Amino acid sequence: MSNLRLLAGPDLSSGAEAFADHNSRLGASPVGGRELIDTLTRSGMTGRGGASFPVGHKWQSVAASKRSAVVIANGAEGEPQSRKDRLLMTTRPHLVLDGAFLAARTLRAKQVVIYVGDQHQAAWAAMARALAERPEPERSLARMAAAPHRYVAGESSAAVHLVDSGVATPITTPPHPRDRGVAGAPTLVQNVETLAHVALIARYGDAWFRSAGRRGAIGTLLVTLAGAVKRPGVVEVEAGTTIEEALAIAGGISEPSTAVLLGGYFGAWVKASNASELPLDAAALHAQGLSLGCGVVGVHPASRCGVCDTARIMRYLATESSAQCGPCFFGLRALSDACSRVAERGTNREDIARLKRWSVEVQGRGACKHPDGAVIFLRSALNTFSDEFAAHPAHWRQQPA
Amino acid sequence: MSELHLTIDRIKCDGRGLCAELLPELIHLDDWGYPIIAPVPIPNQLAPHAQRAVASCPVLALALKRTIRSK
Ligand SMILES: Cc1cc2nc3c(=O)[nH]c(=O)nc-3n(C[C@H](O)[C@H](O)[C@H](O)COP(=O)(O)O)c2cc1C
Ligand code: SF4
Repeated sequence: MSNLRLLAGPDLSSGAEAFADHNSRLGASPVGGRELIDTLTRSGMTGRGGASFPVGHKWQSVAASKRSAVVIANGAEGEPQSRKDRLLMTTRPHLVLDGAFLAARTLRAKQVVIYVGDQHQAAWAAMARALAERPEPERSLARMAAAPHRYVAGESSAAVHLVDSGVATPITTPPHPRDRGVAGAPTLVQNVETLAHVALIARYGDAWFRSAGRRGAIGTLLVTLAGAVKRPGVVEVEAGTTIEEALAIAGGISEPSTAVLLGGYFGAWVKASNASELPLDAAALHAQGLSLGCGVVGVHPASRCGVCDTARIMRYLATESSAQCGPCFFGLRALSDACSRVAERGTNREDIARLKRWSVEVQGRGACKHPDGAVIFLRSALNTFSDEFAAHPAHWRQQPA
Repeated sequence: MSELHLTIDRIKCDGRGLCAELLPELIHLDDWGYPIIAPVPIPNQLAPHAQRAVASCPVLALALKRTIRSK
């Protein structure tokens, strides 16, 4: 795409853009304030952390409280196939910080937390260095916090819990963090890509944001292309760009493909034939019962077995349960065991029936959405790979990971 | 119109199963002993039983919530 927004500017391979260069390229950040909330609402932008929640709406509810707020920039990026948040933090840290401080001034926050995945060392270093470049009072308002390398550490109440008590496990909601989060204060948890868009919308306005986008969608977004792709990695595309068009930017697929995993491990398998025309846009995908999630497009090569890969991912998601809620801890474990039995010993009617029943029963029965993500993923596998599940041979051991 | 609903704190719930014994019309247990609550408002005639189930939960995980529903 010619009109890059988040990734415009100096070559990405030259690393983090310095504060002075960032300011001379884009102009200093505006101050923010109430009217920014209206601008964000009019922009129609939705969050990029996975849930696609309207950004203006979230800022409004945090602003509605009389108490001063806390802002958490969520750079946990726990999704195994996603790369976009760490690329953004590593190359454009000041876009993220501009967004975080705009939120802080607009919501009269007394604390800003830059929450970065423990495993993302380059991103951590870039954010810490960028923070040290900021003037006062910004620098003393903000601090870095490490998200443990666990899938659920990026969930918003887990981020609040980490800041409050040093433990990154989700807590029961309601109250939602935006009503009562860190130390009881209304807390804005916002994905780092979302904050970077805010930095540009504050400068150029909501009409500018809406001027990008195809097929009725608005804005641009970062997408991670993974799997059987010629040049895997992150691209910025206009919302509404089809999966096929996005893959073309990365040189196309590297071998024949049967399916695409759209949205990461919390997303859904889609048959390759149906996937190519799908638009990368939260609203359009939602209307088709799919989700953009954090923008991962994982191309599944025909040479791999969809059932075995589903079993591997279910094993991972079961292990990543924070083990606080019975239906999540026992349910995902049982689902994963049944999947593994089908993969390892071959299909059998009892396990297929269990997978179908449990994947419906478990949904909505955790404190957080971890089990929901896992069973939506599994149900999509049972649909997309229905023939493979029905006739799976005992071959897991033959398949290298 | 107001409706009565059962809510459950999934982190507190230990799967003791008393609620399913006291309110089998609306609560049954999954294969691991954790409650599955029927996704319907509580009918008036069951409200006292629901109250008893809430009061009997040993870990105080079960609660009743009244929600106002506009027509
Ligand atoms: C299990 C789980 C893991 C999550 N991990 C992340 C994550 O790593 N990064 C992230 O930004 N959001 C993550 N989320 C979503 C957050 O809860 C939250 O919706 C998001 O940070 C809000 O920011 P946004 O509105 O800008 O997207 C996760 C959600 C769940 C249920
Ligand atoms: S639903 Fe699962 S991951 Fe979420 S808090 Fe409960 S046990 Fe932890």
